[in-house]
Amino acid sequence: MTQPAAVDAPKPHGAHEDHHAHEPLGFWRLYVFSTDHKVIGIQYAVTGLLFLLFGFSLMMLMRWQLAYPGVALPLIGSWFGEARMPGGTMAPEFYNELGAMHGTIMVFLGVVPLAVGGFGNFVVPLQIGAPDMAFPRLNMASYWFFFLGGMTMLGSFFVPGGAAQSGWTSYAPLSVIAGTGQTWWLIGMMFLITSSLLGAVNFITTIIQLRAKGLTFMRFPFFVWAQFVTAFLLLLAFPPLEAAGVMQLMDRVAGTSFFLPSGLVVSGQPLTNAGGGNPLLWQHLFWFLAHPEVYVLILPGMGIVAEIIANNTRKPLWGYRSMVYSLVFLGFMSFIVWAHHMFMTGMGTAMAAFFQTTTMIISIPSVVILTALIISLWGGSIRFNTPMLFALGFLPMFGIGGLTGLPLGLNVADIPLHDTYYVIAHFHYVVAPGTIFALFAGIYYWFPKATGRRMNETLGKIHFFGSLVCMNVVFMPMFLVGLAGVSRRLYDGGASYNFAQPVLHLNVVSSWGAWTLALFQIPFIFNFFWSIWKGAPVGDNPWDATTIEWAAPSPPPHGNFRMAPEAFRGPYEYSVPGTAKDFAPQYEA
Amino acid sequence: MEIPYTVAVRRDTGLTNGKIGIWLFLASEVMLFGALFASYILIRTGAPSWPRGDTILNVPLATFNTLVLISSSVTMVMAWASLMRGRFGTFRIYMGTTILLGFVFLVVKYFEYSHKFHDDLFPRTNNFLAIYFTLTGLHMLHVLGGMAVNAYFWGPGAKLWKTNPQWFINRVEHSGLFWHFVDLVWIFLFPTLYLL
Amino acid sequence: MTSDHAASMTDDHAADIDRHVRIYITVFVALMVLTIITVAISRVHLAVPIAVTVALLVATIKGSLVACYFMHLISEKKLIYAVLLLTVAFFIALLALPVVTTSNGFWIHE
Repeated sequence: MTQPAAVDAPKPHGAHEDHHAHEPLGFWRLYVFSTDHKVIGIQYAVTGLLFLLFGFSLMMLMRWQLAYPGVALPLIGSWFGEARMPGGTMAPEFYNELGAMHGTIMVFLGVVPLAVGGFGNFVVPLQIGAPDMAFPRLNMASYWFFFLGGMTMLGSFFVPGGAAQSGWTSYAPLSVIAGTGQTWWLIGMMFLITSSLLGAVNFITTIIQLRAKGLTFMRFPFFVWAQFVTAFLLLLAFPPLEAAGVMQLMDRVAGTSFFLPSGLVVSGQPLTNAGGGNPLLWQHLFWFLAHPEVYVLILPGMGIVAEIIANNTRKPLWGYRSMVYSLVFLGFMSFIVWAHHMFMTGMGTAMAAFFQTTTMIISIPSVVILTALIISLWGGSIRFNTPMLFALGFLPMFGIGGLTGLPLGLNVADIPLHDTYYVIAHFHYVVAPGTIFALFAGIYYWFPKATGRRMNETLGKIHFFGSLVCMNVVFMPMFLVGLAGVSRRLYDGGASYNFAQPVLHLNVVSSWGAWTLALFQIPFIFNFFWSIWKGAPVGDNPWDATTIEWAAPSPPPHGNFRMAPEAFRGPYEYSVPGTAKDFAPQYEA
Repeated sequence: MEIPYTVAVRRDTGLTNGKIGIWLFLASEVMLFGALFASYILIRTGAPSWPRGDTILNVPLATFNTLVLISSSVTMVMAWASLMRGRFGTFRIYMGTTILLGFVFLVVKYFEYSHKFHDDLFPRTNNFLAIYFTLTGLHMLHVLGGMAVNAYFWGPGAKLWKTNPQWFINRVEHSGLFWHFVDLVWIFLFPTLYLL
Repeated sequence: MTSDHAASMTDDHAADIDRHVRIYITVFVALMVLTIITVAISRVHLAVPIAVTVALLVATIKGSLVACYFMHLISEKKLIYAVLLLTVAFFIALLALPVVTTSNGFWIHE
C-alpha cells in the first residue's frame, strides 16, 4: 500500500495543533488542562504522592488494631463514626475496608501513577530528545481518567456500607455479594484501566517515533527501555481485567452468575441467581493482569536506579546489553506465570509444574538486572548524594524481596506460606523499600530538572536513613509472623489463635516501625515544598549527567530543547579514557 | 510546537504516529475480547450442559447482520480509497453508507434483544445468555463508538480535507482500521454464539 | 515539505488504487460466500469438537481476509507485525491456560 512520503522535519499544514500557539494560554490551559507532558507528569506525580500518603495513613490506622487488637484508638478513634469504630475500637468490616483500599490505592493510585504517569511522562520525552509525547491530548485525557478513577475510589468511602472490602483482589463470590462500595471500586478500576491503556499507547508510540536523530534502541537510557516494556505490560495485560470488571459488574447489577457457583448460601439464605459460574474465572482474569502489574510496579524503579547508579559511579552500567535483553525477556515471561498466585485452587500437578517452571525462569532476568546494577558499583567513583543513597538502598531491599519470592513460586513451598504474612513481607520488600525507594531517588534526582532548584541534602539523608531502618523494622518481622502460620487479612493480626501467640509481639514492632516511618517522611515533605521556592538554584546539568534530558534548561520550556537534540554516543559514557571531563554527554557532538 | 510524524511517516519505521497508535489500541482490544472468549471457553467447558446457539438465538437475523457488517467494512475501505483518489464526494457517500449499515446492525440487535426480553430471557437467566448479552453488548458499544467516530469524519471533521488532506486520509484510514476490527470480532462472535 | 494533496497524485497511484479496489470487491464476495457456507455447515449438526474446528477455521479465513486486505496487513510494516505477533501469543495463552489449569477443564484431568 502506498504511504505518504517520508520527510525529515515535517511541518504539517495549517495550525491544527497550534492554533493557539501565539495566544498566551490562560491559567486553566497552562496548569490544569495542559497537554504539555511536563505539566501532566507533575500532575500525576503530585496526585500519586498524595494518594501514597493517604494509602499509608489507612495502613497506619490498621497497624493500631494489629498491635493492640480491640483497644480503643486514642485521640482520633471517634473521628470514624460508630459504625466503623464503635467506642473507638475497629470493627472487622472497617479493617477489611482499610485493607482492600490500602492495597488498591497504593498500587493503582499511588505507585503506578507516580512511576509511570509521573516519571514516565516527565522524563521519557526529555530523555529521547522529543518535544512532547506523540499524542499530547490523549496524554491529558489519560491523567483526567486517572483523576476520575481516584475520585471514584475516594468517594466509595462515603457510600452506605463503605468502600470495597473484599481485598484489592476482589475475589468472587465475596466481592459479588459485597456492598455498594464494590460497585464503585469496579467503576473506579474502569477509569484507571482506561487511563493506563491510553498512556501505554502514548508511551510506545512516542519512544519508537519521536526519539532524536542518532538515538538507536541500544543507545536508550535503561530508564527508557524500562518504561517501554512497562507500557507493553499495561497495554496487553489490563484489558482482561477490564473484561472481568464488566463481568463482575454484570454479576452484581444484572444478576448474572459468571463468578457465582450454583448452590451458594449466604447467611442461611440460598442465593437466587442462576449459578453455574466459576469463582476461579475471576482469579484467572484478575491475575492475568495483576502479575504483569507487579512488573509494572518494579520496572520503572529499576530504570531510575540504573540512571542514578551510572551517574553517581561515574562509569557506564555494567552489562547494559544483558540488562536490556533480560528486561525484554522478563516482560514476555510475565504474561505466563500468573497462576502461581493460584497454586492452592486445585489445579493439577501438570499445570502447577508449568507455572512453577515459568516462575522460576522469570527470576533469572531479575537476578541478571540486579547483579548488573551491583557489579556496576565495582571500581566506581561513588558520590553518596541522596538519590544515590536511595538507589543503593534499593539494591539489597529488592534483593531480599526477590529472594523471598522464590519459595512462593515453588508450588509445594507455597502451601504453608500462601496467604500468610510471609507473602505480605515479600511483596512489601519489593514495593516499599524497593520501588518506593527508587521513586524517592528519582524525585531527588530529577527535582532540579523540573524546578531549577536542588532539594536539601541534609534533610534528604535524614529521610533516607530513617526510612531505611524503619522499613526493615516494619517488614522483616512479618516473615517470622508468616512462617509461624499467621494468615493475612485477619483483623486482629492473629490474636485469637493459640499458635500465633509467640509471634504477636512482632505485630507491635511492625506498628511502631510504621508510625516512626511516617515521622521520617516529614523531612521529605517539608524539603519537597520548601525547595521549590528556596532550594539552591541549578543550571541545566547539576549532576554532570550524560543523558539527553540534561541538555534542556531547568525547568524546560514548552517544546523542551533550544535546538532539536541529536545523540552521538551511548547513554553512559562516563570516565572515557583520554577525555578532559569525566563524562561525555550523549547529546554533545 | 508541532509533533513530527503526525502526517508524514518516519523514515526508519515507515509509519506515522497515528498508525502505530491505532494498531496498539487494537492489540489491547484483542486482549479485551480475548478475555471474554476465554471466559466463554471456561464457562462452557465447565457446564454440565450447554445449548446449541440456534436453539435459543435467531440465526437468520444474525446472518443478515453479519452480511450487513461485512458490507459496511467494504464501504468503509471504499471510503478511504475514494479519498486516496481525491474524490471527496464519493468518500461522503461511502462513509455515509458505512454509518447507515452500522445503524442497521444496531436496529437488528435492538429487535434481537427486545425479542429475548419479551420471552423472559435475560442475562441473569443462565450463563449462555449471560455471556451472549455481555459479548454482543460490548461489541455493540464498539459499533456505537466506531459509528460516532465515522460520523465525526463524515461531518464536522471533514473540514480537515481542505486544510490538511493527507492528515484527513490518515485519520479516516485509522478509524477504518477500528471499524474493520469491529467486523473482525463479529466474524468470530457470530459462529461462536449462534452456530455452535 | 509541501502538501501531498490527493488531487496531485500520479496516474500510477490511481492505477494502484484501482487494483486495490478490485481486491476489495473480490474479498467482499468471498466473505459473503464463506458466511453462507459457515451457516450451511452448522445445519449439519456435526459433533461439537468437529463443529468448533470447522467453524473456527472458516472464521479464521474470513478474519484473515478482513485483516490482510481491508486492514492492509498484508503490506504492513515489520513493527506492526511484531506487535501483533506478541499480542497473538498472549491471546493464545489467555484462551488456553485458564481452561487447562482449572480442574475439570477439558484437557488435563487430575
